[in-house]
Amino acid sequence: MNVAAAKASAELPLDAESVRRDFPILARSINGKPLVYLDSAASAQQPLAVMRAVERYETHSHANVHRGVHTLSQEATDAFEGARDRVRRFVNAASVREIIFVRGTTEAINLVAQSYVRPRFGPGDEILISALEHHANIVPWQLVCEQTGCTLKVAPIDRKGELLFDAFASLLSPRTRLVAIAHVSNALGTVLPVKRMIAAAHEHGARVLVDGAQAVPHARVDVRALDADFYAFSSHKLYGPTGIGVLYGREEILEAMPPWQGGGDMIRSVTFAKSTYNDLPWKFEAGTPHISGAVGLGAAIDYIEALGLDAIAAHEQRLLHLATAQLSAIRGVQIVGTAAHKAAVVSFTMAGVHPHDIGTILDHEGIAIRTGHHCAMPVMDFFGVPATARASFGCYSTAEDVTRLAAAVERVREVFA
Amino acid sequence: MDLKELYRDVILDHNRQPRNFGRLEPADAKAEGHNPLCGDRLSLFVRLDGDRIADLRFEGKGCAISTASASLMTEAVKGKSRAAVQELYARVHELLTQHSAPPSQDLGKLAALSGVREFPARVKCASLCWHTLDAALNDGAAVTTE
Repeated sequence: MNVAAAKASAELPLDAESVRRDFPILARSINGKPLVYLDSAASAQQPLAVMRAVERYETHSHANVHRGVHTLSQEATDAFEGARDRVRRFVNAASVREIIFVRGTTEAINLVAQSYVRPRFGPGDEILISALEHHANIVPWQLVCEQTGCTLKVAPIDRKGELLFDAFASLLSPRTRLVAIAHVSNALGTVLPVKRMIAAAHEHGARVLVDGAQAVPHARVDVRALDADFYAFSSHKLYGPTGIGVLYGREEILEAMPPWQGGGDMIRSVTFAKSTYNDLPWKFEAGTPHISGAVGLGAAIDYIEALGLDAIAAHEQRLLHLATAQLSAIRGVQIVGTAAHKAAVVSFTMAGVHPHDIGTILDHEGIAIRTGHHCAMPVMDFFGVPATARASFGCYSTAEDVTRLAAAVERVREVFA
Repeated sequence: MDLKELYRDVILDHNRQPRNFGRLEPADAKAEGHNPLCGDRLSLFVRLDGDRIADLRFEGKGCAISTASASLMTEAVKGKSRAAVQELYARVHELLTQHSAPPSQDLGKLAALSGVREFPARVKCASLCWHTLDAALNDGAAVTTE
């Protein structure tokens, strides 16, 4: 679809019923009931367009990339590098040299920890994160702190699940060398004021990595407008395949970083005495990449841009408000995370009922939600709960899904009455 | 598969009012159980009289299945010898996992857990307390179900 058509369709509100027909899995029944899939924040379902793009690539064009003069290798390279340029346009990066394909957000963050932080930081240096982070944006920093002697600092949140911006700003100092923050909290849905946070961090000379895994499916992201130094996200939360994700990095920063993993594709020449490395972005892509995954990610981006990210965001906001109102009205239900600015996630608890029991009963009603600590145990500790139940929405979610969710939560109440 | 098979009245009752809940101090054996998947945590305190479990208590936070299972376990093993506990553990494990498990009348109230095997994701919830008891009686280490 061309840009004009994509823009025209973005003007229209989302027709979720027609969107649903693009997702074959949504026709499934679970335990005899039509599936209600409210776990898109864990992994979004794939539209047929993504599966077809992967199938077309595997059926007609597969070979290894960057290696051969034969036709298939050239076609595979074109498909892979074409997907990279699709990603570049999606996040508005200046150059494809700034788009590194990785396994996912987790690998992107580990790459920055090991290749950017590890050779540079030492005792006295600080990495600042927020109290809302996913384990993937905590543990890689803890590992590199152990390796280098630098210190991890944590900016606090309030009872609504909002970042305390002043406290964040007061933790910034010349010692702060890196700020690593979620764009959207996976456990609570809080949207963090990343643009302001980045500007504040830059005033102190710190670099900023944004974990965008939960943001890119719900809002237009422009890495240059944000002025982010690194921005990481995963394909499978964006309606694409698993096993592929993206690290955006500012070119001059990536240029100065040593390779992370060694192997084929990331070298220019190899002798037993010394090897020289390939240019960006391939310097960071050792080994045969997930070619079909990149193709699928490109197709997923085409798909959501055709729907329009603004239309998706508006649709999800309506569902978010509907779900918040309907769940809050149920006796004993407590919404966890009530930030003013949230994205497509409702985390909740029910008095006297463990989230795992909520999850089992909802599954029995055909409803898939996430229950547990959401890989954010510090967030759970902050709210004094071992776990929450979390419903999350995507472009294919409907008001009917919300109604069925609320009815099933009522059913939980009855079982435990 | 009926929800009532899982959430039987006995289970709901033991979840609401867990028996032998709390700490036991001093205790001859202690162990911590943890199910990292759902965050269930269980502390078990055992007082021994020779080879027998004279008394035991548990505390912790968990789902209805894990709380009820622990409560039912404490009732079932009190007064039993180590060997008898081992045998019971094996039979409960069979009850939770084997579809062809023999009729379970002689397991008494523990038979209420038989519905769990229809919900494979929940087997770990029901077995956490037994793993923890096993650890308390053998090496006292912390156990996790992962």
